[in-house]
Amino acid sequence: MLYRLLRLIRKELQVVMGDKKTRLMLVMPVLLQTLIFPFAATLEVRNATLAVYNQDAGAASQELLQRLSRTPSFTRLLPVHSEAEVQAALDDQTALVLLRIPQHFSRNLAAGAPAPLQILMDGRRSNSAQIAMGYVSQVVQSFGAERGAHPTSRLVLRNVYNPNLDFKWHVLPSLVAIITTIGCLTVTALSVAREREEGTFDQLLVSPLTPAYIMVGKAVPGVLVALFQGGIIATVAVFGYGVPFSGSLPLLILGLVCYGLALAGVGLFISSISETQQQAFLGVFAFMVPATTLSGYISPIENMTVFFRILAYINPLTYCIRIVKGAFLKGFGFADAWTAIGPLLLISFCTLSIALYLFRRHIA
Amino acid sequence: MRAVNLRRLKALCRKEAYQIVRDPSSILVAFVLPVVLLFVMGYAINLDSSHLPLGLLMEDHGPAAVQFEQALKASGSFTVETGVPREQLIQQMTRGNLRGVVVVRSDFGAALAEGHGGAAIQVLTDGSEPNTASFVGSYVETIWETWQQQRGQNQARMDTLPIDLRPRAWFNPSTLSRNFLVPGSIAVVMTVIGVLLTSLVVAREWERGTMEALLATPVTKAELLLSKVLPYYLLGILAMVLCLVVAVLIMQVPFRGSLGALFVLSSLFLGCALGMGLFLSTVMRNQFNAASAALVAGFLPAMMLSGFVFEITTMPLALRLLTRLIPARYFTSSLQTLFQVGTPVSFLAGNALGMLLLTTFWMGLTTLKTSRTLEAK
Repeated sequence: MLYRLLRLIRKELQVVMGDKKTRLMLVMPVLLQTLIFPFAATLEVRNATLAVYNQDAGAASQELLQRLSRTPSFTRLLPVHSEAEVQAALDDQTALVLLRIPQHFSRNLAAGAPAPLQILMDGRRSNSAQIAMGYVSQVVQSFGAERGAHPTSRLVLRNVYNPNLDFKWHVLPSLVAIITTIGCLTVTALSVAREREEGTFDQLLVSPLTPAYIMVGKAVPGVLVALFQGGIIATVAVFGYGVPFSGSLPLLILGLVCYGLALAGVGLFISSISETQQQAFLGVFAFMVPATTLSGYISPIENMTVFFRILAYINPLTYCIRIVKGAFLKGFGFADAWTAIGPLLLISFCTLSIALYLFRRHIA
Repeated sequence: MRAVNLRRLKALCRKEAYQIVRDPSSILVAFVLPVVLLFVMGYAINLDSSHLPLGLLMEDHGPAAVQFEQALKASGSFTVETGVPREQLIQQMTRGNLRGVVVVRSDFGAALAEGHGGAAIQVLTDGSEPNTASFVGSYVETIWETWQQQRGQNQARMDTLPIDLRPRAWFNPSTLSRNFLVPGSIAVVMTVIGVLLTSLVVAREWERGTMEALLATPVTKAELLLSKVLPYYLLGILAMVLCLVVAVLIMQVPFRGSLGALFVLSSLFLGCALGMGLFLSTVMRNQFNAASAALVAGFLPAMMLSGFVFEITTMPLALRLLTRLIPARYFTSSLQTLFQVGTPVSFLAGNALGMLLLTTFWMGLTTLKTSRTLEAK
């Protein structure tokens, strides 16, 4: 029976790897995305334009502006000279934030009187604007600190696992998990639907293989694709982008295999409820988008409403990202990884059993 | 022979419309998917952090330290976990259950009394998620500043500077992230619908062998393409209306622009999206490949490169130029403006021009690639 299974797996792999365009579709997007997304998917703000409406004539405001122009966040200070220009700068998105220095700012500061500064942000992009405002505020803080404020305590901030808060260290391990999802899921979900459309599924059914074996035969290529694609991205991450890999490699592989199994379950589930490849593909999509948004990759899970938080905790991608990140940045050992691998195994068990049940029922 | 015969076009559109109506999956894509996606993106992507889990290690229990602890707990930004030993806190952070750990050392009170600025509060954040880490850092900093200021006032001393920063957000005064994420999500959703709907239509004809039958009829290239675009355009506009209704009525995002402008911009955008889908379908001639390509070329760039969450100015120059080729970039910016600002014509015209050029590009490319022969070029 094992021999038959191996034959079936070989046949499935030939279907996946045999077609040149399909082969290309499994490798090219992965490479392209690994090349582009780490540079794009960042919530930092750099090269932004800061508009300045300086109504003060003193030296203090000039010095403050000099300091602001030296930060990498603002490559351009755009001077504006009237209320109308203030309006236009924000309306047309020429500036992300606008700093207004009122009259007598320097004089008030020298006299120790309250010296307010106004910051106007483009609320259309409120997140970036708030981050940019944070930068301005830091500069203003240190500017003021040198002018006589002496707090009695201080705050020592250290970012563990990623000292410089480099976004690439966050994006690349996450991409290992996310891009793998697409490949693995399309391969498993579309395989049964394609056989059904082409009429070869009946041939498979009259072979001596039981439904469980057919399912394993369909699941294994998916897991292999997941491992292969994940391997490519992880390699590029370490050697191309210099993301440190501090954990154990076997752990990463184990994590990806468990994740591949969970996905194969989802894929086969989709496959067994869809009649055509088109429907199967829609199923993949209907899973992909929520899975990505609910994985904590874009915004933290704690911020979500209760309903979505529950969904996030049954989402296999959440755990996969945790494992990959742990292996890369946090030096995960098996004891730490267990808290993520355990749920993944549970999810795999559930999805695979449901898929098998539907599979059997469909055949009967 | 004329390029477009209205009667034939009508017949073809009718055939296409039947195909849409009788296949539940197209209806699913056009009407169910957008609503589901919009809800997921609108409610699950929330950049306004609150209640982040934070570990607090109190080694000093003097009045100053306790005051700081209370300030942390009262802020509402954190769910504070205390009374746990250090190793366990660090382990919890490693496993991703805590976003940061604040340590108040045992000599804190004494150093504070000395007053040379030697009293340190240590903040450790989980840097594996940089955005959240920087939020944790800046929230703790704000709380610390207020605490410091109050101590200074109590002891009649100037601890902080007299410069006072007064931020104000235009268009979105409460800086609710949903207000800019939902319009962006609509752009992503519409990309998906547009590209997905059409990426399969030509490939399907090839796979099922019905293309051969079509080619044997007097149908011209223009008629064939138009019949693939028009019904799906209509479906796309209906989906757009649905998105708008959901966003404004259910998700309570204000819409301040003009509906006419929205219609024009949406039409242009659908032109690009449908054109791109048709192109992929024409070139791939295989549903699996066409759909995967649609996902890679349509959905992911719309998500990553449209400025929907990730700021475009921050990207390196090459990518900034690349975003100019992505229709979702123009549509996202247009929708964010229409929803929150109004209808600044000159600004929107720029976006419209970008989309018009892209529509011409994709439709032109599709026309070039469409041949009336069976062999693939």
